[in-house]
Amino acid sequence: MPSAGQGAGQGKPRWQLQGPAGNDGYVQEPSEPTWPPFRFHGGAGRRDWRADRDWQTRPDWQTRPDWPGRTRRWRHRGNGEPLRRDPEDRLAGGVAAGIAAWRGFSPTTVRIAFVVAALISQGWVVPIYLGGWLLIPAKDTEASIGSRARHDSRGIALAVGLASLLCVVLGLASVLNPWLINTYGWQQVISVAFLALVWRNAPDSEQAAMRRLVEPLESLGPGGTRASRGTVIRLSGALVLLGAGVIWLLTSHESIALLRPLAGLILVAAGIVLLLGPWWLRIARDLVLERQARARAEERADISARVHDSVLQTLALIQRRAGDPQQVVQLARAQERELRSWLFEGRTLGDGDATTFAEGIRQIQRDVEARHGVPVEIVTVGDCPLDNDLNALLAAAREATVNAAKWSGASVISLFAEVEPEQVEAAVRDRGKGFDPDAVPGDRKGLAESIHGRMTRHGGSVAVHSALGEGTKVTLTMPRTAAPAAPAGAAGGNRR
Amino acid sequence: MSATAGAPPRVVLVDDHGLFRSGVRAELGRQVEVVGEADDVAPAIEVIGRLVPDVVLLDVHLPGGGGQAVIAAVKRDHPEVRFLALSASDAPEDVIAVIRAGARGYVTKTISTADLADAIRRVADGDAVFSHRLAGFVLDAFAAAPSPEDVKPSFDPELDQLTSREREVLRLIAQGYTYKEIARELFISVKTVESHVSSVLRKLQLSSRHQLTRWAAERRLT
Repeated sequence: MPSAGQGAGQGKPRWQLQGPAGNDGYVQEPSEPTWPPFRFHGGAGRRDWRADRDWQTRPDWQTRPDWPGRTRRWRHRGNGEPLRRDPEDRLAGGVAAGIAAWRGFSPTTVRIAFVVAALISQGWVVPIYLGGWLLIPAKDTEASIGSRARHDSRGIALAVGLASLLCVVLGLASVLNPWLINTYGWQQVISVAFLALVWRNAPDSEQAAMRRLVEPLESLGPGGTRASRGTVIRLSGALVLLGAGVIWLLTSHESIALLRPLAGLILVAAGIVLLLGPWWLRIARDLVLERQARARAEERADISARVHDSVLQTLALIQRRAGDPQQVVQLARAQERELRSWLFEGRTLGDGDATTFAEGIRQIQRDVEARHGVPVEIVTVGDCPLDNDLNALLAAAREATVNAAKWSGASVISLFAEVEPEQVEAAVRDRGKGFDPDAVPGDRKGLAESIHGRMTRHGGSVAVHSALGEGTKVTLTMPRTAAPAAPAGAAGGNRR
Repeated sequence: MSATAGAPPRVVLVDDHGLFRSGVRAELGRQVEVVGEADDVAPAIEVIGRLVPDVVLLDVHLPGGGGQAVIAAVKRDHPEVRFLALSASDAPEDVIAVIRAGARGYVTKTISTADLADAIRRVADGDAVFSHRLAGFVLDAFAAAPSPEDVKPSFDPELDQLTSREREVLRLIAQGYTYKEIARELFISVKTVESHVSSVLRKLQLSSRHQLTRWAAERRLT
């Protein structure tokens, strides 16, 4: 690299110096371009794209246009995954949502771009969209609909039949208005063929979604006898509007005043809205519901981890102490109190009134000693206010302590917690019988979900050291996300 | 290991609860030689001065003043007498005060008999005894770097910082490791562990950090 480049304005293009730095982010780019059309690898993601932009805006690009830099910039937007349709965020086929995720735009932007392009390109975007639906595999699948459609000879026949039928209709209509049909009509012959193939070969889940889209049309059929008077009025109004609009459009000619086709378009649009509006609303509502259902599923996983920590543990304990009615009653009451406070007062299970980390540790000590009768020796160093991550750390530490109390057989458990400026650490140690960490079956929920899952979900880490006969040590580490907060009250005058 | 090899260490018990004294005496009877008892500051000073034991088992809370008053008075005439503080409270300001007065260690009253005998032997040998709580206190107290106005300039700055090795040892003590386990964990000898702990004790006693006192006062609530 020439040292002359140190002077910025010496005519030496600066990008030559910046180039290698910009390249750094892409060195680890995987080298397995499998199926070229839809596979792009984003090694680095958005941040590097921004970094690139800084040196892109230098005027030097006028003398040496940096096309490699630009393509790189584009290649490293988006989620770095191959292009896939996103059926979960769909309006029609999920193509727009897929492209949006792939390229890092918002889906709405892509959809608007599609509609605008459809108008400008005289409708060509519609068959292209349907082609995308046919050829781009859905998320988490490898085979596209098109690869199945190839073997669907009846579907192909149907597609060809429908396309030729449309050809006849268009041919007849073009007698009335050759300009309109020639401009917008013939492309849709391809669309109809594609649509027929998609319709016949889409997987069941997608077909269900499509059926919902065309539900309104089905109810127009002979089955729709139960239609109320309002629906009848609405439908006939829509049909009148549609018919008038279509006739208006077909009879208007290019040369005639611009206002006439516009009025026709408005009539058609009004008809469509009247005809399909209610169903569109319902579809939009269903989409929202679907997303809520997904959020609920995630919440469920969290709840089940919590229920395992508290209710299931208590039930197991009650079974083990079934011979002692008094203790069973006590356990049940304690559990009831805890569950109530969580359900109705929005408190985190077991946290009680803890607002700082050390308080939470003491709470664990109290609870485990009361419920399992094993002394817990705690040592806390430093303190800080609780946040979500630290609550997760506390919950994991509680689970580890309960595990030690229940299974290790140790006479005392040591719980050590230290708040450092960059991280918070908790170590649970017993001198009990220990176990072989590799031999724990994967479905043992305690260690896997309540400790490992919880810690990793919040960015922390877990180290388990155990050997048969030598006890167990579980070390939980959680990085502190926020800047070291001011010490809470009297709890930590030692930090400043 | 002179005490274990030779005669059992001679011990004086200082505690205002007669029941506790007799309990300790009964339980420790075979392992140490309890030569005297006292229930308050003044009698304690008198008894210790007369008997000059190896180790004084000293309650932190005494009616006529804290345990540190005893240590201060005895140190003048008999610097060779070693003190092991014993407390029910675990309150850090008491612990720090008595350690800084000169006690070589600190244990809680919940300690098992075997551990107590072991701690007494250790103190008699000149080592320091840190309970896991005390280790936590010390880590806490030395956690932050001292600010300049906290340290008198004439003092040795090394006294105000723990080395990273000392911190490691303290962390393991706080987690309930024995010296032997610490030695294995850190790949050092037990003697080295002991010297680290003694060095921490020295810093704890001699450090000029005002912070230590302030920290202890702020931590009144455990």
